[in-house]
Amino acid sequence: MSKRLLKFIVNGRKAEVAVEPHHTLASVLRNELNLTGTKVGCDMGTCGCCTVHVDGKAKLSCLTLALECQGTEILTIEALNEYEMHPLQRAFAECGGSQCGYCTPGFIMKSCELLERNPDPTREEIKEALAGNLCRCTGFMKIYDAVEQAAGELRKKEAPQPTPLKV
Amino acid sequence: MPTISGSGETKNEHQLNKGVWTDNGAPAAAGFSVIGKRVPLKDAYRKVTGEGVYADDMKFPGMLYSRILHAEKAHAKIKRIDTSKAEALPGVRAVVTGNDAANRFGVLPVSQDELSMAREKVIYNGEPVAAVAADTEEIAAEAIWLIDVEYEPLEEFLKPRDSLKDVSPELQIHDKVEKKHPNTNIHKAVDQEFGDVEGAFKQAEAIVSAEFKFDGISHGFTEPHAIVAHWDADDRLQLYTPQQVPHYTHRALAKVLELPMHRIQVIRTMVGGGFGGKSDPFQHEMIASLLSMKTRRPVKLTMDREETFLTGRGRHPTEGKLAMAFDKEGKLTALDSDIIIDGGAYGSFGVVSAYYNGVLSNGPYWMPAFRYHGKRVYSNRIPSGAMRGHGSVNPRFCTETLMDMAAVKLGLDPCELRLRNFLPSNTLTPYHKFRITSNGIREGLAEAMRRSEWKKKWGKLPYGHGIGVGCAWYISGSALPIHWNKLPQSTVHIKIDMDGGVTVHSLAAEIGQGSDTMLAQCVAEVIGCSLERVHVKSTTTDTAPIDLGSYSSRVTFMAGNAARKAAESIRAQLAAAASRLTGQPAQYFDFAGEEVICRSKPDVRVTFMEALHGAQADIGALIASGSYQAPPLGTTFKGSNAGLSPSYSFSAFICELKVDPDTGFVQPLKIWAAHDCGRALNPLAVEGQIEGSVHMGLGQALTEQLRYRGAQLLNGNFLDYKIPTPFDTPEIEAIIVESADPEGPFGAKECGEGALAPIIPAVGNAIYDAVGVRMFEVPMTPDRVLRAIDAKKRAETKGE
Repeated sequence: MSKRLLKFIVNGRKAEVAVEPHHTLASVLRNELNLTGTKVGCDMGTCGCCTVHVDGKAKLSCLTLALECQGTEILTIEALNEYEMHPLQRAFAECGGSQCGYCTPGFIMKSCELLERNPDPTREEIKEALAGNLCRCTGFMKIYDAVEQAAGELRKKEAPQPTPLKV
Repeated sequence: MPTISGSGETKNEHQLNKGVWTDNGAPAAAGFSVIGKRVPLKDAYRKVTGEGVYADDMKFPGMLYSRILHAEKAHAKIKRIDTSKAEALPGVRAVVTGNDAANRFGVLPVSQDELSMAREKVIYNGEPVAAVAADTEEIAAEAIWLIDVEYEPLEEFLKPRDSLKDVSPELQIHDKVEKKHPNTNIHKAVDQEFGDVEGAFKQAEAIVSAEFKFDGISHGFTEPHAIVAHWDADDRLQLYTPQQVPHYTHRALAKVLELPMHRIQVIRTMVGGGFGGKSDPFQHEMIASLLSMKTRRPVKLTMDREETFLTGRGRHPTEGKLAMAFDKEGKLTALDSDIIIDGGAYGSFGVVSAYYNGVLSNGPYWMPAFRYHGKRVYSNRIPSGAMRGHGSVNPRFCTETLMDMAAVKLGLDPCELRLRNFLPSNTLTPYHKFRITSNGIREGLAEAMRRSEWKKKWGKLPYGHGIGVGCAWYISGSALPIHWNKLPQSTVHIKIDMDGGVTVHSLAAEIGQGSDTMLAQCVAEVIGCSLERVHVKSTTTDTAPIDLGSYSSRVTFMAGNAARKAAESIRAQLAAAASRLTGQPAQYFDFAGEEVICRSKPDVRVTFMEALHGAQADIGALIASGSYQAPPLGTTFKGSNAGLSPSYSFSAFICELKVDPDTGFVQPLKIWAAHDCGRALNPLAVEGQIEGSVHMGLGQALTEQLRYRGAQLLNGNFLDYKIPTPFDTPEIEAIIVESADPEGPFGAKECGEGALAPIIPAVGNAIYDAVGVRMFEVPMTPDRVLRAIDAKKRAETKGE
């Protein structure tokens, strides 16, 4: 198969990559753009480790073909730590929401989408939002603590949502 | 007197507004400055930002990609392997087979039964047979299907009892088997009998017995196996691997590759979960190294999820028949235990597993008479090995279920029966002479009962709603090292130069449990510096002193003690300098808050940096080494070393749940998990270990099982291998019980593994309380629960 040119915006930067039609978004982010913060745990949509935002919506990048993202805006875990660490990232570290850390970027990206939609979620709403993400270390309790702490902090500060650099 | 704290009582209110890793102002334990603080893990900020580097994140110039061809037969002679078509595929740079490495290896010196790739015969469906290195992963994946293997099938051994039979040498999975049973596929048999078991059963007021069955389970760590091997220009092997035990891999590589150990450097990458599943030296580590040595190029090997399942080393499928005897006061008088565990294709940690399945039943209760017949067998299944709670988890379900049955027979509250039988503190077990130091299990159970309102609930909840209890204990590191030698089990080096950074070198593997943070806390506490000064380097065999790694819940106890000793040596050097600077005697100085303070004249003090530069004046950087070796323990009979540990943790859990009697579906509602960890050096991490253990144990209790059709694994993925999701996980209240151990670092014992076992019987016993049926098969899936409910109903109808 021949490569096609994928043009999209990743973490606020224009990117042009020649990709095979069967390449996933996860593989292009990790292998072509060196954004290895996005993890691949199962490569079949069962663990949520590879969650990124495509046009503001959380998606499993292992189940998304790269060429489906033509012209979209992608946000990965790396974008949340530009200039300032995102409250979710700090909260996951401080509340013990991350142990081995492999699932953490996916959990944070999914939580980030939740808080953009719902700045004051109940624990049940957090559970529901994170139901597709698998953590083998924490038993989830401290992840919920982290999301609640970050939500409180974001509300208190009325902190701006993580907008990437303008193109 | 043990003290109680935990997630139900404390929250993370103090942890706000921190941009970088720092002491967060949380209070320390009484008498300490950083011990007992809830501190974030040292490497957490690298993990939450995606900066942390796992093996699959690595890229080297000229790197090749490797894929493995796995056996498609479970037991078969290899008649022929033809790799010519694969070698001819453009982009393929090397192909290796079993012929490229003849030396056997394995984690235990007594079971060196693994080959890098199969030679002459394959022994399980999934065993590596050949591997390819190519310019891209796609080419490598294509190439392995061009390798032609011709098999001649042999009889397969898929049920553990079949492996007990005498067979011809051709049908023995390995040449070397248990000496007592030379013509079988029994890997290890353990027979122990102490005290008057027969007499105890004859005189018993109550006897309970049952047969139990456990499916195999997998660690399910989220990072699939991935490594990079690089045979570099200096003719040295650099292996980047997410190992729990870099040292054993180091030894095995040297043996397989026939290189002196110093020509190999093992570099631990971040470990995306281990739980015992990354503690064996692995075939893929050998394979990538062989390919790199052949091509002189870096070779990456990343497995997919199914291959990771096939690599295995999870908890042994287990069958057991156990019986317990009690006198009329409800005192346990004997345990008779007969257990077969299915080791799968390799030895792995199995000799230890065979012992642990028996001897770790000698607690947390006083055991006046004990008999154990244990067999670990080889089979043509995915290799079993060490998994969190190694060897103690399945037999613990059996004994805790029997305790519950005995309570019913004796008309006692199950918690009361347990309280009557717990081991005391500061004692030796009668036969194995396991040395119990501190023991907070009574306080733990009492607290779990109080918080769960046990007395109001047990036996009193409506049909379909129940509450159950389970208790356990676990080792804090094995006192006997795997390689029998006189070298320390842990060594820690500290270097401090004029920049004021305290560099701690250790090979204890940070696998997410927080061992780097623990080491930093131990050092900072002793030398009175801030935690952010301390940088832990625990990845690289060239610079780190040898440590036996992160398994058997040994790291806090052993590496923590080594770190403390090294720090004490640094403190002596700083105290001497402070003495020179102030004219006060060196032994009069306290170290805290970045200052060195004269005890009798608190206004006489120097800063940490002044003391440091004073100490450095004639010698340059301060360096120190500390080590730990377990004290002599135990007794002398054969096998008496198994289960010996410098101290033991204890746990008592209560689970409340609902059972739908129409579907058999079990919904846990809440879990109270009391765990005696000695002293919680970092309560945040201790709670994380308890909560994680409970979650993992719940998976084994209710949903997780490796399912096969014949020899073929059916569910090597996270869709069909069901790890509890947020919806399946109830609220977990971690209750930390602190009972300072006299030899543990600052009183600490363990918390990573012991907290797993009790949840499974707590679930089983709660099911009994809810619907009146005993579960003897684990996991307790809806179909099994429903079958038990139906059987009970049928029996009751018949009875009428």
